Amino acid sequence: MKHYDVIVIGGGHAGAEAAAAAARMGVSTALVTLRIETLGAMSCNPAIGGLGKGHLVREIDALDGVMGRMADRAGIQFRLLNRRKGPAVQGPRAQIDRRLYREAMRAELLATPGLDIIEGEVSGLRLVGGAVSGVVVASGVELASGRVVLTAGTFLNGVIHIGDQRMSGGRMGDSPSRVLASQLAELALPVGRLKTGTPPRLDGRTIDWARLESQPGDETPVVFSFLNRVPEARQISCGITHTSEATHQIVRDNLGRSAMYGGHIEGVGPRYCPSIEDKVVRFADKTSHQVFLEPEGLDDHTVYPNGLSTSLPEDVQHAYIRTIVGLEETVILQPGYAIEYDYFDPRGLQQTLETRAVPGLYFAGQINGTTGYEEAGAQGIVAGMNAAAASCGRSPIEFSRTNSYIGVMIDDLTSRGVTEPYRMFTSRAEFRLTVRADNADRRLTPMGLDAGCVSGARRVAFETKLDALETGRQALSAAMIGPKALNEVGIAVSRDGAKRSAYDVLSLPGAELDLLENSFPAYQMLGREVLDQLQIDSTYDQYSDRQSKEVADLRRQETQRIPKGFDYGSISGLSNELKQKLARAQPESILHAQRIEGVTPAALLLLLGHLRKSAERLAG
Amino acid sequence: MDTIYALATARGRSGLAVVRISGPGALAAGLALCGSLPAARVAGLRRLTWGGEVLDEALVLSFAEGASFTGEAVVELHCHGGPAVVGAVLRALSAQPGLRLAEPGEFTRRALENGVLDLAQVEGLADLIDAETEAQRKQAVRVLSGSVGQKVEGWRRDLIRAGALLEATIDFADEDVPVDVSPEVLVLIDGLMADLGREAAGVSAAERIRDGFEVAIVGAPNAGKSTLLNQLAGREAAITSEIAGTTRDVIEVRMEIAGLPVTFLDTAGLRDTEDRLERAGIERALARAEAADLRLFLADGSALPLEPSGDDLVVIGKSDTISGASGLAVSGKTGAGVPELMARIGEILDARVGSAGALVRERHRVAVTTAIAALAESRAEVVRPDSRVELAAEHLRQAVRALDALVGRVDVDDLLGEIFASFCIGK
Repeated sequence: MKHYDVIVIGGGHAGAEAAAAAARMGVSTALVTLRIETLGAMSCNPAIGGLGKGHLVREIDALDGVMGRMADRAGIQFRLLNRRKGPAVQGPRAQIDRRLYREAMRAELLATPGLDIIEGEVSGLRLVGGAVSGVVVASGVELASGRVVLTAGTFLNGVIHIGDQRMSGGRMGDSPSRVLASQLAELALPVGRLKTGTPPRLDGRTIDWARLESQPGDETPVVFSFLNRVPEARQISCGITHTSEATHQIVRDNLGRSAMYGGHIEGVGPRYCPSIEDKVVRFADKTSHQVFLEPEGLDDHTVYPNGLSTSLPEDVQHAYIRTIVGLEETVILQPGYAIEYDYFDPRGLQQTLETRAVPGLYFAGQINGTTGYEEAGAQGIVAGMNAAAASCGRSPIEFSRTNSYIGVMIDDLTSRGVTEPYRMFTSRAEFRLTVRADNADRRLTPMGLDAGCVSGARRVAFETKLDALETGRQALSAAMIGPKALNEVGIAVSRDGAKRSAYDVLSLPGAELDLLENSFPAYQMLGREVLDQLQIDSTYDQYSDRQSKEVADLRRQETQRIPKGFDYGSISGLSNELKQKLARAQPESILHAQRIEGVTPAALLLLLGHLRKSAERLAG
Repeated sequence: MDTIYALATARGRSGLAVVRISGPGALAAGLALCGSLPAARVAGLRRLTWGGEVLDEALVLSFAEGASFTGEAVVELHCHGGPAVVGAVLRALSAQPGLRLAEPGEFTRRALENGVLDLAQVEGLADLIDAETEAQRKQAVRVLSGSVGQKVEGWRRDLIRAGALLEATIDFADEDVPVDVSPEVLVLIDGLMADLGREAAGVSAAERIRDGFEVAIVGAPNAGKSTLLNQLAGREAAITSEIAGTTRDVIEVRMEIAGLPVTFLDTAGLRDTEDRLERAGIERALARAEAADLRLFLADGSALPLEPSGDDLVVIGKSDTISGASGLAVSGKTGAGVPELMARIGEILDARVGSAGALVRERHRVAVTTAIAALAESRAEVVRPDSRVELAAEHLRQAVRALDALVGRVDVDDLLGEIFASFCIGK
């Protein structure tokens, strides 16, 4: 029987990152996927990044992951969202050519040293003494491994709904993993049900683009990877149109035929991605809703109408599409549908994404109740790195809320669970002024280097950049500029006589880099890229000082560990309900415990006191 | 969870003594003593027996879990208040397995932990038990009834709304959300700042209600200060004599005026003196008089090193020895004019507590002032022409964190909930 250090099941975005990360760390890795052809397939909207999501892609890239680099190869329209707001809340986003992305990902994975790609359906896990010992492939082949990362996406008990029609399946056209699902069911892990929807796909040749508003990409595209500067593919525009009263009327008249409203669906859908039925019902006073027409590729006529996801029957979809400006003649290539699927309650996971119930088994991606390629990829890299680390007996690699969106997501998932498909937002990150897309490399690449998942080429690029920034910062901190000189060039400061360092001047209102470079020699030798970065740093420096106490508090709570199997029953003064809750949740730290619903400050104090007492007993 | 018991009323001989038992074993413990328990929340007379011996005849009450002061099952035994009776009942309870004597404050702590009371209510409860005057009682009842909770509920709603508006423009920039949310945000921030400002100002008044006012009686030696104090106290609290400079230390008498706790301070007469002991007394008198909430000057025409200011009262002393004095005149000796003086002091102090609001503790005031400062910074950012919304949002978060202890944690889920309810997100 062939043995691997790490086996990854599933070749979606979580699986690709998990397998690539493990392989980069130098352990022997297998990726088992239904079809090599669909590695890196984007089954939902043809875009990567966005607010919060773009941050995740940058963090994956900082750890030398694949998503950012592939997106740069396949991106056909790059936009930096929130360009007019502060850099802390800007998120890179790109429309992606599906085929280019798939091809790039397949080539990348096939060329990854130490990674075997195996085509086949995993029909079951091999378990020995309750722990994972490998997988069984449907062909009968068995593979041995003590570390298995499962990234089954929406395949577990997936049901597709179009109107009152239903069929079992994962994505359209793929067969569900029934056997594996029933084996997982026997493990009695807590399961919930979610749903998500897609819009109909349109034939772009039948869209009257001339009548539609066009949305071009940015003039100076901002790409994802810290290793890249410009996009590779030809750049295109998207279209924008709007639904009309006629659209809404058709939707209203047929609500009863929608899978969602007809009572066929029990899963909970995301509030931030409502179906057109939801929009019409919940925001009845709105006479029109925005629809983005996103081309799925340069050589592909398929168009993804973002904003029109639906579970209405096919004939209704045909009818309402034609009430939309520019779509009067449009042909639907594939009807929209809703999909319901099982997810495992992520509170059953450790911070490493290893399940508590089955040692050696990791879950990553949609199976944990998240949505989105970026969220999946980020979990994949966490699971892959940790499975690899564990396979060589190394300590866990843990991310913190204070250093990354990845840390925020892992903490949210494992401590609070999900009530709707979990998606990243910048508002979830309490330290978003310091945890930014622009500094993802400085936050995480050192961690990746420690873990051994960062290539030599990236190490060199990173260290060169750090040197340039440090040199620039020192030069600007040493150069002083007086208030008179600043006022003369139009940067209003009080004439109190105090000189400011050129570094501090960067954060002043009105301190445009063009102006500074033209006016003061200190800025002239550094280059725009370094200046850009130093200006962002300077702007948020005062906030990072202010937040440092909060960061320290949070860090302390993270490091106040609760031993595994801690006996909550022995804490007198804690209500039975809380004791049971805590015993069930098994929080790993005080921070974790605090985020469990119903845990009061008083209860935390009791818990802390008790932990201290048992620590003293052990020490004494 | 242990079942706890304790004497809930004060120790010592009294008409009644209430023994309270709380916890999962409370009903069983009550049953063991009483033979049978009356229905929940209905009083019943029972004979308490233990080891075949009758301990007392008591009124017995029981409360079901989830419907009691602690949130647990509770039994109350209203016994006769003799120390021997109470001792016997407590001994009988201690003999039952799983029962232990409550630690100080443990009943209240359980109420807090079980969510029956919030922290402000616990503070209110402590104040209610300690209340000596009518105004103290009213204030404590107001806090206990959750007035802080209602007030902060409104603040919380406004903070969530303002935060959600700012966050919506950040996280859903590509969606159908209003581009400029600043008008509504400013209305919310201004409303919050005004409200919080009022509350912060009211905290010191509320603290006075709880901790009491100090009124210093000042005047020249032999102006009759100590005599007046004794008249107010209705007893010989201070030594009086014809010898000027008899009072050296500050003598305090605590009483209630218009429902407010007031401490009168009798101080050394103010004059230049060579006597080191007397001089020390005068320095102390000046310091206390200046720190007092109100000064009552007993005028006899002498010049004093302290001037009346604000609401300070100037009255003519020893009115029994002079005639035809204009203005308020009192006699410590006969008591003439004293009721009028008391009424006047009552009016002045009552006006001062009028501003007391829902917040009654220094802890509350600090939280509120910090929040106001953060709101001001957020506001400044919102009105800037090149407003940086992520910084405005950050300051707003700081305000929320400052009020955390009062309004409870405002989670990102609260913000997202508000966003999804208000705007059609999902392009």
